[in-house]
Amino acid sequence: MTQLPTHTEKKLGLVIDLDTCVGCHACVISCKGWNTENYGAPLSDQNPYGADPSGTFLNRVHSYEVTPDEGAAMTVHFPKSCLHCEDAPCVTVCPTGASYKRVEDGIVLVNESDCIGCGLCAWACPYGAREMDQAEGVMKKCTLCVDRIYNENLPEIDREPACVRTCPSGARHFGDLGDETSDVSKLVAERGGMDLMPELGTKPVNKYLPPRPKDDQIDILAPFLETVAEEPQGFLGWLDKTLERIG
Amino acid sequence: MHPAPSIIFFTVFSGLGFGLLTFLGFGKPDYSGFTAFIFFLIAYVFAVGGLVSSTFHLGNPQRALKAFSQWRSSWLSREGCLAVAALTVMGIYAIGVVFLDTRWTLLGLVGAALSLATVFGTSMIYTQITTVPRWSHWTTPVLFILYALTGGAFLAGQTSIAAPMLLLLGVFQCVYWIIGDKLFSASGSTIETATGLGSMGKIRMFEAPHSSKNYLMKEMVHVVGRKHARTLRIIGVLCLSLLPYLLLVLPPFYHLISLLALLLHIGGALILRWLFFAEAEHTVGLYYGQR
Repeated sequence: MTQLPTHTEKKLGLVIDLDTCVGCHACVISCKGWNTENYGAPLSDQNPYGADPSGTFLNRVHSYEVTPDEGAAMTVHFPKSCLHCEDAPCVTVCPTGASYKRVEDGIVLVNESDCIGCGLCAWACPYGAREMDQAEGVMKKCTLCVDRIYNENLPEIDREPACVRTCPSGARHFGDLGDETSDVSKLVAERGGMDLMPELGTKPVNKYLPPRPKDDQIDILAPFLETVAEEPQGFLGWLDKTLERIG
Repeated sequence: MHPAPSIIFFTVFSGLGFGLLTFLGFGKPDYSGFTAFIFFLIAYVFAVGGLVSSTFHLGNPQRALKAFSQWRSSWLSREGCLAVAALTVMGIYAIGVVFLDTRWTLLGLVGAALSLATVFGTSMIYTQITTVPRWSHWTTPVLFILYALTGGAFLAGQTSIAAPMLLLLGVFQCVYWIIGDKLFSASGSTIETATGLGSMGKIRMFEAPHSSKNYLMKEMVHVVGRKHARTLRIIGVLCLSLLPYLLLVLPPFYHLISLLALLLHIGGALILRWLFFAEAEHTVGLYYGQR
C-alpha cells in the first residue's frame, strides 16, 4: 500500500556525524557487501573492470569544500543514503504498491517482487537515495539493514546496520529517533542535528550533525613544535653566507 | 532528466490519441460507418501505441498490471486506470457510431471527459514530482491538455478550432518557459540546503562519490542535452505552432498541405517534449554541484 501511515510506532534511522566522518568509504563497502548477499536482489555492477565502471550502491560518500567568509576552508565528507522520510514522496508515487513505509518502525522498503522498475520513485526522491539495479530492473534502496537489526542469529553487537557497525571513526549512529530519551535523539538535541533540504517538506528521519567550529586558539603544544633552527648552521650556514657575499 | 525515447513517444502520441478521442466523443467530426472507423482507428493506434511504448522503459514490464492497484496515491496508477476507462467507454461509443449509425451522446461526453482526464493524469505524473521544480507547477497540466486538444482538433479535421488552438499552444509554450526558467531558483533548494552546511560558508563539490557516471547522474543530471536548448526552442515552436498555423489559414487549402502541417506539428511536439525532459533540473544534481 503506497499510502503513508499516519503514525509509526518507532522512527528508526541514522545520525551521521559530519564532524568525525573521515571519508574512508568503509560504510559504502560494508553496505554493498552485506546487501548484495542478503535482502533482495544482489547489487550488480556494470563493466566493473572496464574503462567506465558503474554499479548499484545504497550509500555514497560525497566530499565538499566549505569556504567561510573568514578563515580557512575545510573539507566535509558527506555520506548519503535513504533518510527514511516521514513524508516520503517516493512511496506515494509508486503505482504498484512495491514501495511502502512500515508502521512498526518507519523503515521505507521496496517489495521487489511487486516492483515494475518504472523509476518514478527515484525521480520523486530529492536526495538520490534510490538506484535502479541495471541487472534486475528493480529499485534498490537502503533497508536500514532490516535483516540485521532484528536478526537473532547474529550476536547482539552486530544487530545494527552494516554501515554503523563498520564505521571506524564512530561517525554513524543508529536508533529510534521517535523516542526522545534514546541516545540518538539526545545526540541530535545536543549537537543541533539537521535535516537535508527541509524546504521540500519530506521530514527526513535521519539527521546530520554539523561539523564543530574549528578552534581559533593555537594548541598548547604548539610552542614545543616551533622550528629549532631559524638561522642555518654549519655547512648550510657557510653556504648561505658565501652565496650572499657572491650575490 | 533523461529524455527516454519511449517516454517522449508515449506522452506525445497518447496525448494526440486521447485528444482525438475527446473530439470524437463530442461528435466532431460527425461521420459514421467506415470514415468514422478510420478516425477511431487512428485515435486508438496513437493512444494504445503510446501506452504500450511507455512499458518499454520498465525494468520488469511483465508485472505492469500491478500498476493499476495504487490509484489512491499514485498519479501513474490513476493515469493507467483512467486510460483503460476512457478506451473502454469510447470503444462502446465507437461501436454505436461505426456499426449501428447511432450516436449515444451521453456516452460520448463521458468518454470525452475520461479521455481528457487521462491526459490530465499523464501531466500529473510529472507535476507531482516536487524534486523537479520546473514540472511541479500548475502550468504543466495546462500545457499537456493544450497539446492534446490542439493535436486532437487537428487530427479530427476541425481546422476552425485547430488554427486558433495552434497559436494559443505556441504562446502558452513560451509562457511555460518564461515561468519555468525561474522555478528552480525560486524553489530555494541549493547545494547549501542540500548539504545543510550553508550556515558555515559557501559549499563546493570537492570530490564525487564515484569515478564514473551512475544511475542517478544518467537519469536525473542530464546536462548534455541543454547545450542547444535555445535553438531547439525556436525550431520547436516554429514547427509546433507557427508554420502549421500559416499552412492552415493561408489559402489555397489542400488536404496535402493539411497533412504537411500535421506532420510539422507532431515533429515540433516531439522536439519540445524532448526538451521538456532534457531541460528539467532535479534537486539531486545539487549534490553533484550541477543542475
